Amino acid sequence: MSTYKIINHEYDVVVLGAGGSGLRAAVGLSEAGLKTACISKVFPTRSHTSAAQGGISAALGNMGEDDWRWHMYDTVKGSDWLGDQDAIEYLCKEAPKAVIELERYGVPFSRTDDGKIYQRPFGGMTKNYGNGTAQRTCAAADRTGHAILHTLYGQALKQNTEFFVEYFALDLIMKNGECKGVIAWNLNDGTIHRFRSHITIIATGGYGKVYYSATSAHTCTGDGNAMVLRAGLPLQDMEFVQFHPTGIYGVGCLITEGVRGEGGFLVNGKGERFMERYAPNAKDLASRDVVSRSMEMEINEGRGVGKKKDHINLHLDHLDKKVIEERLPGISEAAKTFANVDVNKEPIPVVPTVHYNMGGIPTNYRAEVLTLNGSEKTVPGLMAIGEAACVSVHGANRLGSNSLIDLVVFGKAAAKRAAELIKPGSPHEEVSNEETNKCLDRFDEIRNSKGSMKTSELRLSMQKTMQSKCAVFRTEKTLKEGVEQIRKPYEGMKDVSVKDKSLLFNTDLVETLEFDNLIRQALTTMESAYNRKESRGAHAREDYNKRDDKNFMKHTLAWQNGNKIDIKYRDVHSRTLTNEVQYFPPKERVY
Amino acid sequence: MTQFNLPQNSKIQVGRYYKDQTNSKNLKKVNVYRWDPSDGKNPRIDTFEVDMDNCGPKVLDILFKIKNEIDPSLTFRRSCAHGVCGSCAMNVDGINTLACIKSHSDINGDLNVYPLPHLKVVKDLIGDLSNLYKQYELIHPWLKVDQTGEEKKELKQSQKDREKLDGYYECILCACCSTSCPSYWWNGEKYLGPAVLLQAYRWINDSRDNDKKERLKKVADELKLYRCHTIMNCTNSCPKGLNPAKAIGSIKKMLATS
Repeated sequence: MSTYKIINHEYDVVVLGAGGSGLRAAVGLSEAGLKTACISKVFPTRSHTSAAQGGISAALGNMGEDDWRWHMYDTVKGSDWLGDQDAIEYLCKEAPKAVIELERYGVPFSRTDDGKIYQRPFGGMTKNYGNGTAQRTCAAADRTGHAILHTLYGQALKQNTEFFVEYFALDLIMKNGECKGVIAWNLNDGTIHRFRSHITIIATGGYGKVYYSATSAHTCTGDGNAMVLRAGLPLQDMEFVQFHPTGIYGVGCLITEGVRGEGGFLVNGKGERFMERYAPNAKDLASRDVVSRSMEMEINEGRGVGKKKDHINLHLDHLDKKVIEERLPGISEAAKTFANVDVNKEPIPVVPTVHYNMGGIPTNYRAEVLTLNGSEKTVPGLMAIGEAACVSVHGANRLGSNSLIDLVVFGKAAAKRAAELIKPGSPHEEVSNEETNKCLDRFDEIRNSKGSMKTSELRLSMQKTMQSKCAVFRTEKTLKEGVEQIRKPYEGMKDVSVKDKSLLFNTDLVETLEFDNLIRQALTTMESAYNRKESRGAHAREDYNKRDDKNFMKHTLAWQNGNKIDIKYRDVHSRTLTNEVQYFPPKERVY
Repeated sequence: MTQFNLPQNSKIQVGRYYKDQTNSKNLKKVNVYRWDPSDGKNPRIDTFEVDMDNCGPKVLDILFKIKNEIDPSLTFRRSCAHGVCGSCAMNVDGINTLACIKSHSDINGDLNVYPLPHLKVVKDLIGDLSNLYKQYELIHPWLKVDQTGEEKKELKQSQKDREKLDGYYECILCACCSTSCPSYWWNGEKYLGPAVLLQAYRWINDSRDNDKKERLKKVADELKLYRCHTIMNCTNSCPKGLNPAKAIGSIKKMLATS
């Protein structure tokens, strides 16, 4: 057995992750008088929420009539009816309050002529149940995520939340199917910490880095998702991976959908605005899965741009210079830095790029984690929010600007629920050392790996497999090959080498632990995709090109046990939360 | 004349030389500051020969290449790689910048990579920013509004007032400016430095905030504010093109006229 000195802590609630959702939860928990610890592997403002550009959706109606029910309809349709409508109702109804709250926290939103929060059009956001474009996406120029993240960090400081920064969380402490806390490694001094808590909230973000080309940060490794898998719990709807239509070609840097919201459009190699053919009404503002598929089809049929005809041009050179300066300054800078393009004169070369994971840890609209044991059951002591969670409000495809609102609405909901469930300062149960030892044995074994494979080689092999076998278009053949090939880097973990053996800021070990987290999610993603024999939202199968509501109006649940993935399903909720709105029955999805 | 020497344990030594293994015809020599707190040895400069024919365009791509292919123990912070998170701030070729947006083709000859200057080094290229973060907390980076019982309403702000935040709210706290400032080097414990003063100005200048007077009073101090001697290194080094010196000047002006 490994011998590490352990430092013990006791908190009412521990939040894992300090991005938008983790910070919003931490603020609410501290306000409620709960002793709260927020653990993050990076300083809070380095979290990937900072990279969100275009905005945050809420039916404020600042720029034309709007209604949260319209927002709800758009989200249900965007999800290709895989979203749970009770949760979507909650999201859209709470959204305006959550945005006003952010504004009052100090977010420097752009403004309308009369000083209200500025709202821009975004993909799939419509008026009156699909009739006309809504301006619903609240923006701070094209740096909305940055503005929100920094503001929320300030609020958390105001509330005296205790931060544990540059602590890498290793595993959950589980006892009889309940979560009792978490074990983390302090990178700055190499010590191991055991946090006991009544509730642990996972807010660790997505796992975009299982793919080779992604807009995701290097830190987007889904650490919380992997901890859930190791705890013997399932992940939900992992086959639904969003490809953002406009990542900079060859670089992957995000160019916001807000560009198209402000009037930008896509053009193929023949100079055609091809989106008119695929989405006659919404055109360039169709939902992301539709636009990404259309782009891939143009490229596959030989109508791409460039020497290899392998990308598409995004034009904004026809827009007023003032609009670009005021509302899109960040992407002008990014286009210059990463594509050497002056957006006032030339188009930006773009290509669909992995951007968001609709799948994750299954929860209800109160952020409580769910598992399946005969029927839906909550896991006591465990919550999940943000991109790590699958509530599911995004279903098979998320609408742009619905992620930032997801963060704050469910961050707040988690805090509210935790305050209902626990009394501040209640005593902690004794937990045996068994779980801690199991966690540290894994840590110690990986730390002392002396195999022949570099972590970077295994990671590359995983990323290339995901990129080629589980991309925008999928078939039985590619997925079957994928299911086999993705096991190679998984097995490779047994032969990995970690050169740096130290405990202090050992990023060689961090990257290996992150790879161990990523590869488990790669396995579940590939296997979930292989088993869903229909096309829905971001999961497009060439051999099953229609949505199949009869057989697949259900969420995939995937458990990982070694290289074996168990797949089960649970029904999509066919109910709303209240009778303020009616259930939207499935229909054909046309933009 | 008195001669000053660095303490023995801080003298930088010549480190390892990693020769190219790929037979590349297009090599760049990359000199990287290394220090491991756990081996008790002095800091050193390791030199890596890097194959530039198979390397991305930015300095961060070079560091990735070294970590992935040559020495996995090389330690640096990184996250978004798109110039928005501020993790990979370091000193490249004598200038503080973000490694992820700095093109290596801008640098002729050998490439020299060091941690941000005058920080306690944690390991290799990682500096200890905890002092700066503490100072950031001191300026109360949150909006202060009187409770009006209208919590459900947004605070209105004219476009003109909102414009006053441009050039300030974009700061990503990378610390390039503060760690390039000689005044911050000498008095970092007490002088707030350009990054934190720019942040202070962002809140002082927000038309929605009701605490302007108190905020000004809080920074109006010989050491906290007036250690700025308009050296301008801060503005020269900001990778986001912001102007901390101007923010500091504006605070001084406000105090002089109030």
